[in-house]
Amino acid sequence: MMPKSPRIWQLAERRYRLLGSRCTACGKTSVGPRNVCPACGSEDVETVQLPSTGTVYSYTVVHALPAERERYGPYIMAIVELEDGTRVTSEIVDCEPEDVKIGMPVELAFRVIGQESEEGIIYYGYKFRPLVFRKTN
Amino acid sequence: MRDVAVIGVGMTKFGERWDKQLRDLFVEAGNEALKDANMGRDEVQALFVGNFSAGSFVGQEHVAPLLSDYLSLKSKPAFRVESACASSAMAFNLACMAVASGTYDIVMVGGVEKMTDVSAPEATSVYAKAMDAEWESFFGLTLPAAFALIARRHFVQYGTKPEQLAMVSVKNHRNGSKNPLAQFQFEVTVERVLSSPIVSDPLHVLDCSPVTDGAAAVILCSAELARKYTDTPVYVLGFGVASDSMALHDRPDITTLGAVVKASRQAYRMAGIEPKDVDVAELHDSFTIAEIILYEDLGFCEKGKGGMMIQEGETEIGGRIPVNPSGGLKARGHPVGASGAAQIVEIVKQLRGEAGRRQVPGAEIGMTQSMGGTASTCAVHIFGRRKR
Ligand SMILES: [Zn+2]
Repeated sequence: MMPKSPRIWQLAERRYRLLGSRCTACGKTSVGPRNVCPACGSEDVETVQLPSTGTVYSYTVVHALPAERERYGPYIMAIVELEDGTRVTSEIVDCEPEDVKIGMPVELAFRVIGQESEEGIIYYGYKFRPLVFRKTN
Repeated sequence: MRDVAVIGVGMTKFGERWDKQLRDLFVEAGNEALKDANMGRDEVQALFVGNFSAGSFVGQEHVAPLLSDYLSLKSKPAFRVESACASSAMAFNLACMAVASGTYDIVMVGGVEKMTDVSAPEATSVYAKAMDAEWESFFGLTLPAAFALIARRHFVQYGTKPEQLAMVSVKNHRNGSKNPLAQFQFEVTVERVLSSPIVSDPLHVLDCSPVTDGAAAVILCSAELARKYTDTPVYVLGFGVASDSMALHDRPDITTLGAVVKASRQAYRMAGIEPKDVDVAELHDSFTIAEIILYEDLGFCEKGKGGMMIQEGETEIGGRIPVNPSGGLKARGHPVGASGAAQIVEIVKQLRGEAGRRQVPGAEIGMTQSMGGTASTCAVHIFGRRKR
Protein backbone atom coordinates (compact mmCIF):
# COMPACT_ATOMS: atom_id res chain seq x y z
CA MET A 1 0.00 0.00 0.00
CA MET A 2 1.30 3.46 -0.85
CA PRO A 3 1.52 5.79 2.15
CA LYS A 4 -0.67 8.90 2.28
CA SER A 5 0.82 12.08 0.82
CA PRO A 6 2.26 13.98 3.86
CA ARG A 7 4.02 10.93 5.23
CA ILE A 8 6.07 10.53 2.07
CA TRP A 9 8.03 13.73 2.79
CA GLN A 10 9.36 12.37 6.09
CA LEU A 11 11.05 9.54 4.30
CA ALA A 12 11.67 11.20 0.95
CA GLU A 13 15.27 12.25 1.51
CA ARG A 14 16.29 8.85 2.80
CA ARG A 15 14.67 7.21 -0.17
CA TYR A 16 16.10 9.70 -2.68
CA ARG A 17 19.64 9.48 -1.43
CA LEU A 18 19.82 6.03 0.21
CA LEU A 19 20.65 7.41 3.62
CA GLY A 20 21.01 4.91 6.44
CA SER A 21 21.40 4.73 10.19
CA ARG A 22 24.72 3.87 11.83
CA CYS A 23 25.22 3.09 15.52
CA THR A 24 28.26 4.96 16.82
CA ALA A 25 28.59 2.43 19.68
CA CYS A 26 28.70 -0.87 17.76
CA GLY A 27 28.83 0.15 14.10
CA LYS A 28 25.58 -1.58 13.07
CA THR A 29 24.05 -0.01 9.96
CA SER A 30 20.51 -0.28 8.61
CA VAL A 31 18.50 1.34 5.86
CA GLY A 32 15.56 2.83 7.77
CA PRO A 33 15.75 5.78 10.18
CA ARG A 34 16.21 4.55 13.73
CA ASN A 35 16.54 6.25 17.10
CA VAL A 36 17.75 3.13 18.89
CA CYS A 37 20.31 0.65 17.58
CA PRO A 38 18.56 -2.69 16.88
CA ALA A 39 21.77 -4.60 17.72
CA CYS A 40 23.02 -3.03 20.99
CA GLY A 41 20.29 -0.65 22.16
CA SER A 42 22.47 2.47 22.03
CA GLU A 43 20.69 5.76 21.37
CA ASP A 44 23.76 7.19 19.62
CA VAL A 45 22.59 6.54 16.08
CA GLU A 46 23.69 8.84 13.25
CA THR A 47 22.47 9.32 9.70
CA VAL A 48 25.01 8.21 7.12
CA GLN A 49 25.25 7.91 3.35
CA LEU A 50 25.08 4.23 2.43
CA PRO A 51 27.26 2.91 -0.42
CA SER A 52 25.66 3.11 -3.85
CA THR A 53 26.98 -0.24 -5.09
CA GLY A 54 26.62 -3.82 -3.92
CA THR A 55 25.67 -7.31 -5.02
CA VAL A 56 22.44 -9.27 -5.26
CA TYR A 57 21.99 -11.37 -2.05
CA SER A 58 18.73 -12.97 -3.23
CA TYR A 59 16.12 -12.22 -5.89
CA THR A 60 12.72 -13.22 -7.26
CA VAL A 61 10.59 -12.27 -10.24
CA VAL A 62 7.17 -11.16 -8.98
CA HIS A 63 4.33 -12.37 -11.22
CA ALA A 64 1.35 -12.09 -8.81
CA LEU A 65 1.18 -8.30 -8.66
CA PRO A 66 -0.09 -6.22 -5.72
CA ALA A 67 -2.95 -3.79 -6.38
CA GLU A 68 -0.61 -0.76 -6.60
CA ARG A 69 1.27 -2.40 -9.49
CA GLU A 70 -1.57 -4.05 -11.37
CA ARG A 71 -0.60 -2.06 -14.47
CA TYR A 72 3.01 -3.29 -14.36
CA GLY A 73 4.34 -6.48 -15.86
CA PRO A 74 6.39 -8.92 -13.79
CA TYR A 75 9.30 -7.22 -11.99
CA ILE A 76 12.48 -8.29 -10.20
CA MET A 77 12.67 -7.84 -6.41
CA ALA A 78 15.91 -8.39 -4.56
CA ILE A 79 17.74 -7.98 -1.32
CA VAL A 80 20.92 -6.11 -2.23
CA GLU A 81 23.99 -6.37 -0.01
CA LEU A 82 25.79 -3.02 -0.17
CA GLU A 83 29.56 -2.77 -0.07
CA ASP A 84 29.55 -2.10 3.69
CA GLY A 85 27.37 -5.16 4.36
CA THR A 86 24.09 -3.27 4.88
CA ARG A 87 21.19 -4.98 3.12
CA VAL A 88 18.26 -3.25 1.42
CA THR A 89 15.11 -4.47 -0.31
CA SER A 90 14.88 -3.06 -3.83
CA GLU A 91 13.59 -3.60 -7.33
CA ILE A 92 16.23 -4.46 -9.95
CA VAL A 93 15.73 -2.57 -13.24
CA ASP A 94 17.41 -2.45 -16.65
CA CYS A 95 17.81 -6.22 -16.40
CA GLU A 96 15.95 -9.13 -17.99
CA PRO A 97 14.50 -11.61 -15.46
CA GLU A 98 16.65 -14.43 -16.88
CA ASP A 99 19.85 -12.38 -16.44
CA VAL A 100 19.64 -11.62 -12.71
CA LYS A 101 21.92 -13.81 -10.54
CA ILE A 102 22.93 -14.03 -6.89
CA GLY A 103 26.23 -12.16 -6.54
CA MET A 104 25.55 -9.90 -9.54
CA PRO A 105 27.13 -6.42 -9.02
CA VAL A 106 24.51 -3.64 -8.97
CA GLU A 107 24.41 0.13 -8.54
CA LEU A 108 21.90 2.66 -7.27
CA ALA A 109 19.36 4.09 -9.71
CA PHE A 110 16.85 6.80 -8.84
CA ARG A 111 13.39 5.99 -10.18
CA VAL A 112 9.65 6.46 -9.88
CA ILE A 113 8.29 3.89 -7.44
CA GLY A 114 4.61 4.59 -7.82
CA GLN A 115 1.80 7.09 -8.17
CA GLU A 116 -1.17 7.73 -5.88
CA SER A 117 -3.59 8.04 -8.82
CA GLU A 118 -3.61 9.21 -12.44
CA GLU A 119 -2.97 12.83 -11.40
CA GLY A 120 -1.71 12.11 -7.90
CA ILE A 121 1.65 12.52 -6.24
CA ILE A 122 4.49 10.52 -7.77
CA TYR A 123 6.71 8.62 -5.33
CA TYR A 124 10.40 8.39 -6.02
CA GLY A 125 12.97 6.17 -4.42
CA TYR A 126 15.91 3.91 -5.03
CA LYS A 127 16.10 0.95 -7.34
CA PHE A 128 19.21 -0.91 -8.41
CA ARG A 129 20.48 -1.80 -11.88
CA PRO A 130 23.32 -4.01 -13.11
CA LEU A 131 26.69 -2.33 -12.60
CA VAL A 132 28.13 -1.66 -16.06
CA PHE A 133 31.43 0.02 -15.25
CA ARG A 134 33.20 -1.22 -12.14
CA LYS A 135 34.70 1.61 -10.07
CA THR A 136 38.50 1.56 -9.86
CA ASN A 137 38.74 3.78 -6.76
CA MET B 1 0.70 -20.61 37.44
CA ARG B 2 -2.20 -23.04 37.08
CA ASP B 3 -2.35 -25.69 34.39
CA VAL B 4 -4.86 -25.03 31.61
CA ALA B 5 -6.78 -27.32 29.28
CA VAL B 6 -8.73 -27.12 26.04
CA ILE B 7 -12.20 -28.62 26.57
CA GLY B 8 -14.05 -27.66 23.42
CA VAL B 9 -13.26 -26.95 19.77
CA GLY B 10 -15.19 -25.66 16.76
CA MET B 11 -14.39 -24.71 13.21
CA THR B 12 -16.31 -23.68 10.10
CA LYS B 13 -15.78 -25.16 6.68
CA PHE B 14 -12.86 -23.22 5.20
CA GLY B 15 -13.08 -21.87 1.67
CA GLU B 16 -14.94 -19.28 -0.33
CA ARG B 17 -17.89 -18.61 1.96
CA TRP B 18 -19.66 -15.97 -0.12
CA ASP B 19 -22.90 -16.62 1.77
CA LYS B 20 -21.42 -15.81 5.19
CA GLN B 21 -20.28 -12.58 6.81
CA LEU B 22 -17.31 -12.28 9.16
CA ARG B 23 -19.59 -12.36 12.20
CA ASP B 24 -21.57 -15.37 10.94
CA LEU B 25 -18.38 -17.37 10.52
CA PHE B 26 -17.14 -16.68 14.03
CA VAL B 27 -20.51 -17.30 15.65
CA GLU B 28 -20.71 -20.68 13.88
CA ALA B 29 -17.27 -21.72 15.19
CA GLY B 30 -17.92 -20.34 18.68
CA ASN B 31 -21.29 -22.07 19.04
CA GLU B 32 -19.73 -25.35 17.96
CA ALA B 33 -16.93 -24.99 20.53
CA LEU B 34 -19.47 -24.32 23.29
CA LYS B 35 -21.51 -27.36 22.27
CA ASP B 36 -18.37 -29.50 22.13
CA ALA B 37 -17.51 -28.36 25.69
CA ASN B 38 -21.07 -29.10 26.92
CA MET B 39 -21.18 -25.53 28.15
CA GLY B 40 -23.63 -22.67 28.20
CA ARG B 41 -22.51 -19.34 26.78
CA ASP B 42 -23.08 -17.66 30.16
CA GLU B 43 -20.15 -19.62 31.60
CA VAL B 44 -17.62 -17.94 29.29
CA GLN B 45 -15.86 -15.17 31.21
CA ALA B 46 -13.87 -13.53 28.41
CA LEU B 47 -13.28 -13.66 24.65
CA PHE B 48 -9.86 -13.49 22.95
CA VAL B 49 -10.10 -13.24 19.18
CA GLY B 50 -7.38 -13.13 16.55
CA ASN B 51 -8.03 -11.11 13.40
CA PHE B 52 -5.50 -9.73 10.95
CA SER B 53 -7.19 -7.11 8.84
CA ALA B 54 -10.97 -6.98 8.88
CA GLY B 55 -10.62 -3.26 8.23
CA SER B 56 -8.94 -3.91 4.88
CA PHE B 57 -10.95 -6.98 3.89
CA VAL B 58 -14.49 -6.03 4.95
CA GLY B 59 -14.26 -2.45 6.31
CA GLN B 60 -14.80 -3.46 9.94
CA GLU B 61 -12.47 -2.76 12.87
CA HIS B 62 -13.19 -3.22 16.58
CA VAL B 63 -14.28 -6.79 15.89
CA ALA B 64 -13.96 -8.17 19.44
CA PRO B 65 -17.14 -6.56 20.85
CA LEU B 66 -18.92 -7.21 17.53
CA LEU B 67 -18.27 -10.94 17.81
CA SER B 68 -19.02 -10.98 21.53
CA ASP B 69 -22.33 -9.20 20.83
CA TYR B 70 -23.35 -11.68 18.10
CA LEU B 71 -22.36 -14.62 20.33
CA SER B 72 -24.45 -13.08 23.13
CA LEU B 73 -21.55 -13.06 25.57
CA LYS B 74 -23.16 -9.91 27.01
CA SER B 75 -20.84 -7.58 28.89
CA LYS B 76 -17.88 -9.95 29.16
CA PRO B 77 -14.43 -8.55 28.28
CA ALA B 78 -13.52 -9.09 24.62
CA PHE B 79 -9.99 -8.68 23.29
CA ARG B 80 -8.79 -8.55 19.67
CA VAL B 81 -5.20 -9.61 18.98
CA GLU B 82 -3.44 -8.72 15.72
CA SER B 83 -0.16 -10.42 14.83
CA ALA B 84 -0.75 -10.92 11.11
CA CYS B 85 -0.96 -14.66 10.31
CA ALA B 86 -0.21 -15.53 13.96
CA SER B 87 -3.12 -13.48 15.34
CA SER B 88 -5.16 -16.28 16.89
CA ALA B 89 -2.07 -18.19 18.10
CA MET B 90 -1.06 -15.05 19.97
CA ALA B 91 -4.65 -14.64 21.24
CA PHE B 92 -4.45 -18.23 22.52
CA ASN B 93 -1.17 -17.46 24.26
CA LEU B 94 -2.66 -14.45 26.06
CA ALA B 95 -5.72 -16.51 27.00
CA CYS B 96 -3.49 -19.26 28.45
CA MET B 97 -1.77 -16.72 30.65
CA ALA B 98 -5.08 -15.13 31.65
CA VAL B 99 -6.46 -18.50 32.82
CA ALA B 100 -3.15 -19.71 34.29
CA SER B 101 -2.92 -16.52 36.34
CA GLY B 102 -6.36 -17.11 37.85
CA THR B 103 -7.86 -13.96 36.31
CA TYR B 104 -10.45 -16.07 34.46
CA ASP B 105 -11.47 -19.73 34.81
CA ILE B 106 -13.12 -20.23 31.42
CA VAL B 107 -12.50 -18.29 28.20
CA MET B 108 -13.27 -18.57 24.51
CA VAL B 109 -10.35 -18.11 22.10
CA GLY B 110 -10.62 -18.03 18.37
CA GLY B 111 -9.84 -16.36 15.10
CA VAL B 112 -11.65 -15.26 11.98
CA GLU B 113 -10.91 -13.77 8.58
CA LYS B 114 -13.23 -12.97 5.68
CA MET B 115 -10.93 -12.45 2.71
CA THR B 116 -12.71 -13.33 -0.51
CA ASP B 117 -14.62 -10.04 -0.82
CA VAL B 118 -11.47 -8.40 -2.28
CA SER B 119 -9.63 -9.12 -5.55
CA ALA B 120 -6.44 -11.19 -5.63
CA PRO B 121 -4.18 -8.12 -6.17
CA GLU B 122 -5.95 -6.33 -3.29
CA ALA B 123 -5.41 -9.39 -1.06
CA THR B 124 -1.72 -9.40 -2.05
CA SER B 125 -1.49 -5.76 -0.95
CA VAL B 126 -3.18 -6.48 2.38
CA TYR B 127 -0.80 -9.39 3.08
CA ALA B 128 2.11 -7.04 2.33
CA LYS B 129 1.08 -4.93 5.33
CA ALA B 130 2.41 -7.76 7.51
CA MET B 131 5.92 -6.70 6.47
CA ASP B 132 7.73 -3.34 6.84
CA ALA B 133 5.47 -0.96 4.92
CA GLU B 134 8.14 1.74 4.48
CA TRP B 135 11.24 -0.34 3.67
CA GLU B 136 9.86 -3.53 2.06
CA SER B 137 6.35 -3.34 0.62
CA PHE B 138 6.72 0.31 -0.53
CA PHE B 139 9.47 -0.87 -2.87
CA GLY B 140 7.31 -3.67 -4.30
CA LEU B 141 7.97 -6.64 -2.01
CA THR B 142 4.98 -8.95 -1.54
CA LEU B 143 4.70 -11.72 1.06
CA PRO B 144 5.14 -14.54 -1.50
CA ALA B 145 8.11 -12.61 -2.93
CA ALA B 146 9.71 -12.47 0.53
CA PHE B 147 9.41 -16.26 0.88
CA ALA B 148 10.72 -16.62 -2.67
CA LEU B 149 13.84 -14.67 -1.61
CA ILE B 150 14.18 -17.08 1.33
CA ALA B 151 13.67 -20.11 -0.93
CA ARG B 152 16.33 -19.03 -3.41
CA ARG B 153 18.91 -18.61 -0.60
CA HIS B 154 17.92 -22.02 0.80
CA PHE B 155 18.49 -23.57 -2.65
CA VAL B 156 21.95 -21.99 -2.87
CA GLN B 157 23.07 -22.66 0.72
CA TYR B 158 21.67 -26.18 1.18
CA GLY B 159 20.91 -27.56 -2.27
CA THR B 160 17.16 -27.70 -1.66
CA LYS B 161 15.20 -28.38 -4.87
CA PRO B 162 11.89 -27.07 -6.29
CA GLU B 163 10.73 -30.73 -6.40
CA GLN B 164 11.17 -30.96 -2.62
CA LEU B 165 9.05 -27.83 -2.14
CA ALA B 166 6.41 -29.40 -4.36
CA MET B 167 6.42 -32.54 -2.18
CA VAL B 168 5.22 -30.44 0.77
CA SER B 169 2.22 -29.35 -1.31
CA VAL B 170 1.58 -32.95 -2.43
CA LYS B 171 1.63 -34.22 1.19
CA ASN B 172 -0.58 -31.44 2.53
CA HIS B 173 -3.11 -31.81 -0.30
CA ARG B 174 -3.21 -35.57 0.31
CA ASN B 175 -3.95 -34.92 4.00
CA GLY B 176 -6.45 -32.18 3.14
CA SER B 177 -8.34 -34.61 0.91
CA LYS B 178 -9.23 -36.48 4.13
CA ASN B 179 -10.44 -33.37 5.96
CA PRO B 180 -14.10 -32.50 5.31
CA LEU B 181 -13.53 -28.91 6.51
CA ALA B 182 -10.55 -28.25 4.21
CA GLN B 183 -10.80 -25.71 1.38
CA PHE B 184 -9.07 -28.08 -1.06
CA GLN B 185 -9.99 -31.77 -0.81
CA PHE B 186 -8.14 -32.96 -3.89
CA GLU B 187 -4.69 -34.42 -4.41
CA VAL B 188 -1.94 -32.92 -6.56
CA THR B 189 1.28 -34.29 -8.04
CA VAL B 190 4.81 -32.87 -8.08
CA GLU B 191 4.41 -32.30 -11.84
CA ARG B 192 1.16 -30.39 -11.34
CA VAL B 193 2.72 -28.17 -8.65
CA LEU B 194 5.73 -27.37 -10.83
CA SER B 195 3.57 -26.61 -13.87
CA SER B 196 1.15 -24.35 -11.98
CA PRO B 197 1.55 -20.60 -12.70
CA ILE B 198 4.45 -18.75 -11.06
CA VAL B 199 3.49 -16.43 -8.20
CA SER B 200 6.99 -15.22 -7.43
CA ASP B 201 9.68 -17.51 -8.68
CA PRO B 202 10.64 -20.14 -7.57
CA LEU B 203 7.19 -20.32 -5.88
CA HIS B 204 4.22 -21.55 -7.92
CA VAL B 205 0.51 -21.12 -7.14
CA LEU B 206 0.50 -24.62 -5.63
CA ASP B 207 3.41 -23.67 -3.33
CA CYS B 208 1.27 -20.94 -1.73
CA SER B 209 -1.60 -21.04 0.74
CA PRO B 210 -4.87 -19.71 -0.69
CA VAL B 211 -7.17 -16.79 0.11
CA THR B 212 -9.83 -18.18 2.45
CA ASP B 213 -12.88 -17.35 4.56
CA GLY B 214 -13.22 -19.15 7.86
CA ALA B 215 -13.23 -19.17 11.64
CA ALA B 216 -12.11 -21.46 14.44
CA ALA B 217 -12.69 -21.32 18.19
CA VAL B 218 -11.72 -23.23 21.33
CA ILE B 219 -12.80 -23.19 24.97
CA LEU B 220 -9.95 -23.01 27.45
CA CYS B 221 -10.27 -23.53 31.20
CA SER B 222 -8.25 -24.24 34.32
CA ALA B 223 -7.13 -27.87 34.52
CA GLU B 224 -9.03 -28.52 37.74
CA LEU B 225 -12.33 -27.59 36.07
CA ALA B 226 -11.70 -29.54 32.88
CA ARG B 227 -13.13 -32.91 33.88
CA LYS B 228 -16.39 -31.30 34.91
CA TYR B 229 -16.99 -30.70 31.18
CA THR B 230 -15.21 -33.47 29.32
CA ASP B 231 -13.58 -36.89 29.69
CA THR B 232 -10.94 -35.93 27.13
CA PRO B 233 -9.34 -32.63 28.13
CA VAL B 234 -6.21 -31.67 26.22
CA TYR B 235 -3.64 -29.93 28.40
CA VAL B 236 -1.32 -27.08 27.44
CA LEU B 237 2.10 -28.44 28.37
CA GLY B 238 4.21 -25.50 27.25
CA PHE B 239 4.47 -22.47 25.04
CA GLY B 240 6.98 -20.01 23.64
CA VAL B 241 6.64 -16.72 21.80
CA ALA B 242 9.35 -14.67 20.13
CA SER B 243 9.89 -11.78 17.71
CA ASP B 244 12.41 -11.07 14.96
CA SER B 245 13.31 -8.01 12.89
CA MET B 246 10.37 -6.68 10.92
CA ALA B 247 12.34 -6.49 7.66
CA LEU B 248 13.87 -9.61 6.19
CA HIS B 249 16.92 -7.62 5.00
CA ASP B 250 17.87 -6.84 8.62
CA ARG B 251 18.56 -10.53 9.43
CA PRO B 252 22.04 -12.05 9.18
CA ASP B 253 20.81 -15.22 7.42
CA ILE B 254 17.31 -15.26 5.93
CA THR B 255 17.23 -19.08 5.74
CA THR B 256 16.87 -19.31 9.54
CA LEU B 257 13.72 -17.99 11.20
CA GLY B 258 15.14 -16.76 14.49
CA ALA B 259 11.78 -16.29 16.20
CA VAL B 260 10.89 -19.92 15.45
CA VAL B 261 14.13 -21.17 16.99
CA LYS B 262 13.64 -19.07 20.14
CA ALA B 263 9.90 -19.72 20.62
CA SER B 264 10.24 -23.46 20.14
CA ARG B 265 13.17 -23.78 22.58
CA GLN B 266 11.10 -21.97 25.24
CA ALA B 267 8.15 -24.27 24.56
CA TYR B 268 10.21 -27.48 24.71
CA ARG B 269 11.78 -26.38 28.01
CA MET B 270 8.42 -25.47 29.57
CA ALA B 271 6.85 -28.76 28.46
CA GLY B 272 9.94 -30.74 29.48
CA ILE B 273 10.17 -32.47 26.10
CA GLU B 274 12.51 -32.68 23.13
CA PRO B 275 11.63 -32.35 19.44
CA LYS B 276 11.66 -36.15 19.02
CA ASP B 277 8.84 -36.44 21.58
CA VAL B 278 6.38 -34.61 19.30
CA ASP B 279 3.88 -37.14 17.89
CA VAL B 280 2.04 -34.75 15.58
CA ALA B 281 2.56 -31.11 14.54
CA GLU B 282 0.52 -28.43 12.80
CA LEU B 283 3.02 -26.00 11.25
CA HIS B 284 2.65 -22.70 9.40
CA ASP B 285 3.08 -23.81 5.78
CA SER B 286 1.97 -20.49 4.29
CA PHE B 287 4.50 -21.34 1.57
CA THR B 288 6.05 -24.76 0.94
CA ILE B 289 9.57 -23.43 1.65
CA ALA B 290 8.34 -22.34 5.09
CA GLU B 291 7.41 -25.90 6.10
CA ILE B 292 10.86 -27.15 5.04
CA ILE B 293 12.63 -24.46 7.06
CA LEU B 294 10.33 -25.10 10.03
CA TYR B 295 11.44 -28.76 10.18
CA GLU B 296 14.98 -27.42 10.65
CA ASP B 297 14.33 -24.49 12.98
CA LEU B 298 12.03 -26.54 15.25
CA GLY B 299 14.82 -29.12 15.60
CA PHE B 300 12.98 -31.94 13.76
CA CYS B 301 16.09 -32.34 11.58
CA GLU B 302 19.52 -30.79 11.09
CA LYS B 303 19.82 -27.33 9.50
CA GLY B 304 19.71 -27.69 5.73
CA LYS B 305 18.14 -31.17 5.77
CA GLY B 306 14.49 -30.07 5.56
CA GLY B 307 14.30 -30.94 1.87
CA MET B 308 15.48 -34.48 2.57
CA MET B 309 13.01 -34.82 5.45
CA ILE B 310 10.00 -34.28 3.15
CA GLN B 311 11.57 -36.35 0.37
CA GLU B 312 12.02 -39.34 2.67
CA GLY B 313 8.42 -39.17 3.87
CA GLU B 314 9.31 -38.54 7.50
CA THR B 315 6.49 -36.02 7.94
CA GLU B 316 3.72 -38.11 6.34
CA ILE B 317 0.96 -39.53 8.53
CA GLY B 318 2.71 -42.72 9.67
CA GLY B 319 6.15 -41.10 9.38
CA ARG B 320 8.60 -40.16 12.15
CA ILE B 321 6.92 -36.78 12.92
CA PRO B 322 3.65 -36.32 11.00
CA VAL B 323 3.22 -32.65 10.01
CA ASN B 324 -0.03 -30.96 8.99
CA PRO B 325 -2.42 -33.93 8.99
CA SER B 326 -5.23 -31.36 8.57
CA GLY B 327 -3.84 -30.36 5.18
CA GLY B 328 -2.07 -27.34 6.68
CA LEU B 329 -2.54 -23.79 5.49
CA LYS B 330 -1.92 -25.07 1.97
CA ALA B 331 -4.95 -27.37 1.68
CA ARG B 332 -7.10 -26.66 4.74
CA GLY B 333 -6.95 -22.99 3.68
CA HIS B 334 -5.53 -19.88 5.34
CA PRO B 335 -8.08 -17.40 6.68
CA VAL B 336 -5.19 -15.41 8.15
CA GLY B 337 -6.55 -14.56 11.59
CA ALA B 338 -8.14 -18.00 12.07
CA SER B 339 -5.23 -20.26 11.11
CA GLY B 340 -3.55 -20.36 14.53
CA ALA B 341 -6.81 -21.42 16.18
CA ALA B 342 -7.53 -23.94 13.41
CA GLN B 343 -4.17 -25.60 14.13
CA ILE B 344 -5.19 -25.98 17.79
CA VAL B 345 -8.56 -27.45 16.77
CA GLU B 346 -6.73 -30.08 14.69
CA ILE B 347 -4.23 -31.00 17.42
CA VAL B 348 -7.02 -31.35 19.99
CA LYS B 349 -8.91 -33.67 17.62
CA GLN B 350 -5.72 -35.67 16.98
CA LEU B 351 -4.98 -36.08 20.70
CA ARG B 352 -8.59 -37.08 21.41
CA GLY B 353 -8.38 -39.65 18.59
CA GLU B 354 -11.21 -37.95 16.67
CA ALA B 355 -9.39 -37.09 13.43
CA GLY B 356 -11.03 -39.78 11.31
CA ARG B 357 -9.21 -40.83 8.14
CA ARG B 358 -6.29 -38.50 8.88
CA GLN B 359 -5.75 -39.70 12.49
CA VAL B 360 -2.14 -40.10 13.63
CA PRO B 361 -2.38 -43.37 15.58
CA GLY B 362 -1.75 -43.09 19.32
CA ALA B 363 -0.74 -39.41 19.33
CA GLU B 364 0.01 -38.28 22.90
CA ILE B 365 1.90 -35.00 22.38
CA GLY B 366 1.07 -32.42 19.73
CA MET B 367 2.56 -29.09 18.65
CA THR B 368 1.20 -26.00 16.94
CA GLN B 369 3.48 -23.39 15.39
CA SER B 370 2.17 -20.15 13.90
CA MET B 371 4.02 -17.14 12.52
CA GLY B 372 3.22 -13.66 11.25
CA GLY B 373 4.64 -11.91 8.18
CA THR B 374 8.12 -13.26 7.52
CA ALA B 375 8.15 -14.82 11.03
CA SER B 376 8.62 -11.46 12.73
CA THR B 377 6.25 -13.08 15.23
CA CYS B 378 6.22 -16.77 16.14
CA ALA B 379 4.10 -18.63 18.69
CA VAL B 380 4.60 -22.31 19.56
CA HIS B 381 2.26 -24.32 21.80
CA ILE B 382 2.69 -27.91 23.00
CA PHE B 383 -0.31 -30.01 24.02
CA GLY B 384 -0.69 -33.36 25.73
CA ARG B 385 -3.34 -35.93 26.67
CA ARG B 386 -1.84 -35.98 30.16
CA LYS B 387 -0.87 -33.13 32.51
CA ARG B 388 2.76 -32.08 32.84
ZN1 LIG C 1 24.69 -0.61 18.25
